[in-house]
Amino acid sequence: MNGSFGKDAITRRALLQRGLLGAAGLALLGQPALRAQAPAKKAQAKAVIQIWMWGGPSHLDTFDPKPEAGHDYCGPLNKPIPTNVDGIRICELLPLLAQQADKYAIIRSMTHGINAHETASYMVQTGHKPGDGLVYPSVGAVVSAFKGYDHGYQGLIPPYIVLEESQGRFSEAGFLGPRYMPFCTGGDPAKQPFAVEGVVAEGISEERQRERRELLHGLDTLGKALPANPRLAQLDQCEAKAYDLILGDSGKLFDLSQESAEMRDQYGKSTFGQSCLMARRLVEHGVPYVTINYKGWDTHKQHFETMRRKLPEMDKGISTLLQDLTSRGLLDSTVIWWGGEFGRTPKVQWEAPWNGGRGHFGNCFCAMLAGGGFKGGRVVGASDETGEAVAERPVYPQDLIGSIYERLGIDPDGPLPNSRGLDVQVMPASDNGPGQGRLSELV
Amino acid sequence: MRTLAAVLALCAAFLWTLTAPAAVHAPYEMAQSPVPANGVDTRVLANLQQHGLEPANPCSDAVFIRRAYLDVIGTLPMPMEVRFFLQDNRPDKRAVLVDGLLARDEFADYWSMKWCDALRVKAEFPINLWPNAVQAYHRWIHDALRSNMPYDQFARALLTSSGSNFRVAPVNFYRAIQGRKPADIAGAVALTFMGTRIDKWSEEKRNGMAAFFSRIVYKKTDEWKEEIVCLDPKLPDAPCPATLPDGVTLQIAPDQDPRAVFAAWLLSKDNPWFAKAAVNRVWCWLMGRGIVHEPDDIRPDNPPVDPELLAYLERELVLSGCDLRHIYKLILNSRTYQQSFIPRGDSPDAETYFACYPVRRMEAEVLIDALDGIGGTGESYSSAIPEPLAFIPDDQRTITLADGSTTSAFLEMFGRPTRDTGLESERNNQSTDAQRLYLLNSTAIQKKIENSQRLRGLMQGGKGRPPELVRRVYMNLLSRPPTKDEMESALAYAKTQGLLPRQAVADLVWALINSKEFLYRH
Repeated sequence: MNGSFGKDAITRRALLQRGLLGAAGLALLGQPALRAQAPAKKAQAKAVIQIWMWGGPSHLDTFDPKPEAGHDYCGPLNKPIPTNVDGIRICELLPLLAQQADKYAIIRSMTHGINAHETASYMVQTGHKPGDGLVYPSVGAVVSAFKGYDHGYQGLIPPYIVLEESQGRFSEAGFLGPRYMPFCTGGDPAKQPFAVEGVVAEGISEERQRERRELLHGLDTLGKALPANPRLAQLDQCEAKAYDLILGDSGKLFDLSQESAEMRDQYGKSTFGQSCLMARRLVEHGVPYVTINYKGWDTHKQHFETMRRKLPEMDKGISTLLQDLTSRGLLDSTVIWWGGEFGRTPKVQWEAPWNGGRGHFGNCFCAMLAGGGFKGGRVVGASDETGEAVAERPVYPQDLIGSIYERLGIDPDGPLPNSRGLDVQVMPASDNGPGQGRLSELV
Repeated sequence: MRTLAAVLALCAAFLWTLTAPAAVHAPYEMAQSPVPANGVDTRVLANLQQHGLEPANPCSDAVFIRRAYLDVIGTLPMPMEVRFFLQDNRPDKRAVLVDGLLARDEFADYWSMKWCDALRVKAEFPINLWPNAVQAYHRWIHDALRSNMPYDQFARALLTSSGSNFRVAPVNFYRAIQGRKPADIAGAVALTFMGTRIDKWSEEKRNGMAAFFSRIVYKKTDEWKEEIVCLDPKLPDAPCPATLPDGVTLQIAPDQDPRAVFAAWLLSKDNPWFAKAAVNRVWCWLMGRGIVHEPDDIRPDNPPVDPELLAYLERELVLSGCDLRHIYKLILNSRTYQQSFIPRGDSPDAETYFACYPVRRMEAEVLIDALDGIGGTGESYSSAIPEPLAFIPDDQRTITLADGSTTSAFLEMFGRPTRDTGLESERNNQSTDAQRLYLLNSTAIQKKIENSQRLRGLMQGGKGRPPELVRRVYMNLLSRPPTKDEMESALAYAKTQGLLPRQAVADLVWALINSKEFLYRH
């Protein structure tokens, strides 16, 4: 809410609108956090696919190339390619994504100034600064709280999935607690079968599954001695749900052999490519939040070799995901969020022991957003001529995350309900944030 | 008043020996307690009587050995240890077992883990102790527990040390806190040593205590992640006022260490917080529930369920010279601890007043160690932090891990505390759908069973003698022989059509791993 209303001057019409639109009606007006905000826009997005670039990808070698900065900055990757949107160019190793720039927006002015993985990961994935004694939940956990089992989600597949390994930098559920932790699939979708931990067991027939379950019940001597214990009853409930997933149809969702060979090829046979395909299947099935934990971007050494190896597989995976979601009519309701905890030092470290590597760089980096109502073919902000500083429109993690929440119909300035009884908001107050606020230019 | 309570308690204890026991559940219970009632029991019984509750039956020897192993050393007993204990005819064999467990290295391993939860020992966000300091700090805590350092000395070292985080390990107490403002530090001190939360105090009281920690400074050195914690060398010009939690305001002279002044108050024999918080914590760890519950939420409007019991344990701690093992022994050798997990009657208060032993799921670390023990494999942990690379041998047990940020999907799934706050409630032993899926149907569990050398050995030993094989599987997994019914079910299952003998054993092991009796301390 920029422009027409000041922070405290709110019109009668706006009040009425809120009273009519808000479920809790006028009672909400007592809350100062809400008073300063426009009514939440209607949710357009239903799901998020977060491509988490674990380790921090180089911004210069992905979506913010700087060929004019010279060899010290670009190394061998100094020939960026034009895209299908005039005036936008990206790294030469991303030719497929270059053909689809109209579908995504690039933010070239991300910043938080932190160069340590764990603190930067926390900031980029929660939008909160560390240090007030609370560990806030990551975006996936918040979405799980607002769109998951507490709000009518009924799927047997948990509402917050991480493909494949957990990130392990901080507790993703924060103070919301373990109920909102992601379900990490384990396994490798590039292998057949994709052995999702607990859901797909190799070599155990359905018949044997049923028989040994009966054995388990037959030998439940302690359970029979203590029939009324609530903790044991909870275990029984969990077991019933687990078997629904093991023996029922939902688990088949992870069977990628149900996809055509052409489709699987198009995504690329890499783990990342197949993870993108898996993410599409999950979103199609109604799962609201999927993180692809894409490792290997902490390129202190052998940076350019790694770029040449990894960027083509990333290019293939994401570009196919964009196309596939579009052709299924899902891109409008699915946010794709690409980014890591920071960028990498624009100046190449040619000296030993790095011998052509890039270090951590939180001062200026980039992110990519697509779908879910975000406008494609745009660039937000800019870095300076070497990519070492933000030149215009700094975007802080809280601005980006707040924008994603708005797309999902989650009020970033609303309360974040929690079992600890903490009186906290989903995001830090937007009107006194360090930057220029959420990405209204992409809506 | 006190004499009356004591007389009542004695009567109750006497009655306990006379009352005919309710139906005894084999294989979990026995009719007569093999141990004498002690000071814990007299108080608990008197309190139970006041609330109209009866204690549960005594637990059987098989239940006791498994329970004591899991509670004292976080480790399952080996079948040989179980056999030896079950055949032991000495009347004091339970007390002997307790003494033996308290002397084992795993006691220090397991209780270091618990203390490291409370002390927030973690390399990464948001505590950021970093790997070197985590190792130094963990080693110091481990040594203190192994040598049974008196608890007041332990606390004094943590509160008053100065120096490098690598070389003077206890200074890490002041680094393992989110926030370094005096009020943040006071909050951690109160939570850890007074079992209380200062966010529920008045601001004035908070600030009064914070003043004791206002002169701590942190200095970097040239070494990577080294930090000196000490008092600001610049002395204040005038005495500084600070108010103790009991309301007494002191003037701290410029050359006095305010931390030492606070520690002197906290560790004095008649301090109303220190011993109470300590014995209540130990009680909660062993009995699943604090006498004041939560054990780190002691305040006037959260009274103890059994004030006499709490006062008794406090006195015992002070009289023993702050010997925590003395408290362990009092609890572990009590009839109260050695009750069955099956409550008598259906009162929902049975657990609250300690009228039975509460079943609760094994802690994440203990569970994975138990599974690895059966599978004969390790977990191959690694550290997410590249420098310095923490090398963790494949067969290192999980309860010995120093760093709370060691990456592990299993430990996260099973509710390992994040060590962000030091609150007891951070540990979550509830069952979830994801856990159930993992245990019932993951390849990881299946592989542990199929590739287990230990189980292969069992199969060799029981070859051609199915009942013997079933017995061995039960001794290995549930620390007891099977009942007649269980034996029949297991043997019948092995005859399932199309099932190979190898698969039948694997399925029996699978069923027992997934049984409540295996997963829940009982």
